Amino acid sequence: MSPYLELREATVHYGGRPALEAISLRIPRGQKVALVGRSGAGKSTLLRLLYEHEGGDAALVPQELGLVKTLSVFHNVYMARLARHNPLYNLANLLRPLESEVAAVVPVLERLDLADKLFERAGELSGGQQQRTAVARALHQDATVMMADEPVSAVDEHQSRRVLDAITGGHDTVVLAMHDTGLAIDYAERIIGLDGGRITLDAPTDGMRRGDLDALYGA
Amino acid sequence: MPSTELDAAAYRRPPSPLRTTTVAFLGIAAACLAVADIEVSTLDPWTEFGRMALGLVTPDFTATERLAESLAHTVAFALLGVALGNVLGFALALVFEWRAVRMGCAVVRAVHELFWALIFLQVLGLTPWTGILAIAIPYAGIIAKVYAEILEEADPAPARALPRGTGRVATFLYARMPDALVHFRSYSLYRLECGLRSSAVLGFVGLPTLGFHLESAFAQGLYSEASALLILFWVVIATIRQWLRRRLLPLYLVAAVWVLPAGLPTSLASAWRFVTEDIVPHPLRVAEQLDAAAWLAAWDWLAMLLTEQALPGVLNTVVLTMIALVATGALTLLMFPLVSPKFFGPWGRRAGHLFLVVVRSTPEYVLAYVGLQLWGPSMLPAIVALSLHNGGIIGHLVGRFTETLALRPDSPRGLNRYFYEVLPRVYPQFLAFLFYRWEVILRETAILGMLGIGTLGFYVDSAFADIRFDRAVVLIAVTALLNIAVDAISRRVRAQLRLKTAFEAA
Repeated sequence: MSPYLELREATVHYGGRPALEAISLRIPRGQKVALVGRSGAGKSTLLRLLYEHEGGDAALVPQELGLVKTLSVFHNVYMARLARHNPLYNLANLLRPLESEVAAVVPVLERLDLADKLFERAGELSGGQQQRTAVARALHQDATVMMADEPVSAVDEHQSRRVLDAITGGHDTVVLAMHDTGLAIDYAERIIGLDGGRITLDAPTDGMRRGDLDALYGA
Repeated sequence: MPSTELDAAAYRRPPSPLRTTTVAFLGIAAACLAVADIEVSTLDPWTEFGRMALGLVTPDFTATERLAESLAHTVAFALLGVALGNVLGFALALVFEWRAVRMGCAVVRAVHELFWALIFLQVLGLTPWTGILAIAIPYAGIIAKVYAEILEEADPAPARALPRGTGRVATFLYARMPDALVHFRSYSLYRLECGLRSSAVLGFVGLPTLGFHLESAFAQGLYSEASALLILFWVVIATIRQWLRRRLLPLYLVAAVWVLPAGLPTSLASAWRFVTEDIVPHPLRVAEQLDAAAWLAAWDWLAMLLTEQALPGVLNTVVLTMIALVATGALTLLMFPLVSPKFFGPWGRRAGHLFLVVVRSTPEYVLAYVGLQLWGPSMLPAIVALSLHNGGIIGHLVGRFTETLALRPDSPRGLNRYFYEVLPRVYPQFLAFLFYRWEVILRETAILGMLGIGTLGFYVDSAFADIRFDRAVVLIAVTALLNIAVDAISRRVRAQLRLKTAFEAA
C-alpha cells in the first residue's frame, strides 16, 4: 500500500465546465485533513476522486447519505459488512436480524446517540438522525481510511462534536469535506482550501483561526 | 443503555405493513393452490413440444401475403381503436369527478375486449367497427381513469399562482396540461403496445388479425408458420418507438382506415333483434304473457345460471387470479434485474429487453396453448401463461424504475446489492404495480376460458357458442361486478400501504 493518498494533475469536467483543474495533492496516511470552501468550489468532487483512487477498504459518507429508507437503521448500518459474509447469511439477517450482528451494531449507534432508533425505518428519522445513521454505517466498516462529505451539516453543534469525535477517533486517516471552518480547524491537522476547482490554501491547523479562512469565502 | 433491553423492545416492534401484506397474499395463493387443479396429465408431452420448438427455430415466412395482411390488420385495428379510445378517454377524464362517469368507466373497462368483440359481432356483424370499438370502449374507460389520475397529480402550484379571474379553460391549458402532456404521451405509447396485443387477441374470435391465423396455424400444427407470425409481431412491438413518430401519426391513421377490409354490411334488423330479443332472458322471451308464472320461471332460470355457471366460474376465476397474481410477483422479482442498469451492462440489458419483449408480447393464449400441450388440461398452463406475460410487463416497469435509484459509490454488488440496496427500495413501487395489475390479470383470465379452463370466460364463451346471448349477458355482468370488486379491494390495499399511483401498469 502506498504511504500516501495521492492525486497528480487531476482534472474533472461536468458537462464541459471544469469542476477540478489540475489538482495535485498528497495526503500521508495517518493524517486528518479537512477540505473547505464555498459550495461549488469542488470539495465533493475532490473527495469522490480521492475515494475512487483509494478504492479498497476506505469508508465513505456521501453527502446524499445513500440510505435505504425502507430498511431499519440496523440494516443500513449492517450494510457496511455485507462483503464479509456470504449472500445467504446476509439474506437471513435481512429477514430476521441475527443477534450477533445486532450486538455488533448497537455499540456503534450508542457512540452516536442513536441506539434507541435501532429498528426504526431510516426513512422515518429526522434529517440529523439519518445523517448519523450514514456515519454509523461508515464507522461499522472498521476501515483505516474514512472519507466524509459534510457529515455534520444537519446535526446541532453538540451532536456535531460527538459525531466528529467518533469519526476522527475511529480512523487512522480521515478526509472531511466541511463548510463549518471552526469545526474543521478543531478536528483536522491540515486544511485544504478550494476555490473554483483549484487549491488556493494548504496549511496545517496549528495556531490557525477562523478568520484566516475568510478569504476562501470571498469575505 | 443496556443492549439486552433494547433487543427485547426492538423485536416487539410490529412487522412492517408491506411484509404483512406480502405474507397474507402468499398465504391466500397457497390456499388457492391447494384447491386448484394443477395436475400434469400428459403422458408424452415432449414430442409435441419438440415439434413446436422446431417450428419456432424454423420460421416459415413464405406465406408472405397472409402474414403481411394479418399484421397490417392487427396494427390498423390497434391504431384506430387506441386513437378513438384516447379521444374518448381524454374527454371523460375532464369530467371524471362526476360519479356517473366514474361508474360508467369502471363498468366498460371491467369487460374484456374479447367480450366486447363478441357482443359487437352480434350487433354490428363482422365489420371494421367491431374491432375498433372492441378496443376503443374498454380502453376509453381505462384511459379516462389514468388521465384523471395524471391530472390530479400534476403540480397544483402553477394554477394557484395565476391571477384571479383566469378562466377555467385557460388555467387548464396553461397551468395543468403542459405538466400532464408528457405523461399522456408516454402512457398513450404504452396503451398502443397493449392495443397491438389486444388487436392480435381479437383474432381468436374471428376478426382478421394475427390471432386468427395464429390459432389456425396452431390447430393445424403448422408451427413454422405460427413462429413467423410471432416473430413479426415481436419485431413490431419491440420497434414501436422507432416506427411510431408523432408527425407520421395522421398518415398512419389514414393508412389504417384504408387497410381495413370493408366487411359485411351491418344488418339493422339483426342488431335490433339482439338488443330487444336475444338478450332477454329465455323464459320471458317465450312466455305468452308476462304473468307471475313467467317471472317465476325467469327467477328459476337466473338461479340456475348463477349457481351452475356463475358460481363455479367466479370460484375458478378467483383461484386462478390469486395464484397468477403471486406467481407474477415472484417472476417479476426474478426478471427485473435483466433490464436494470444496476445489474447488467448495455449488452446484457439488450438481451434482457429482448427476452422481456418476447414474454410480454406473446399473447397469453399462445403461451397457454403451448402449456396445454406440455401439461394437459388443468390450471397450470393458465397460471404459467398469465404470470409470464404479466411478469414480463411489470418486470420491465420495475427495471426502468431502478434507473432512477442513486446507489452509493461503495454499494455492494451481486446478491447483496439485490437484497439490501435495490429490493427494499423498489418494493413499494413493485407492490403498487402488482396491485394495479391485479384487476388486469382477472380480466385476462377471460382469454384462457376460451381454451377450456373453467373460468367465467369459459362460460361466457360457451354461451355465445350456443347462441344463448341472454346467458352471456348475465355472465358478463357478473364478470364486470367481480372486476369492480377487485378494483375496489386493490385500491384499499394500496391506500392502506400508502403506495403511490402506478398507472403505467393499468
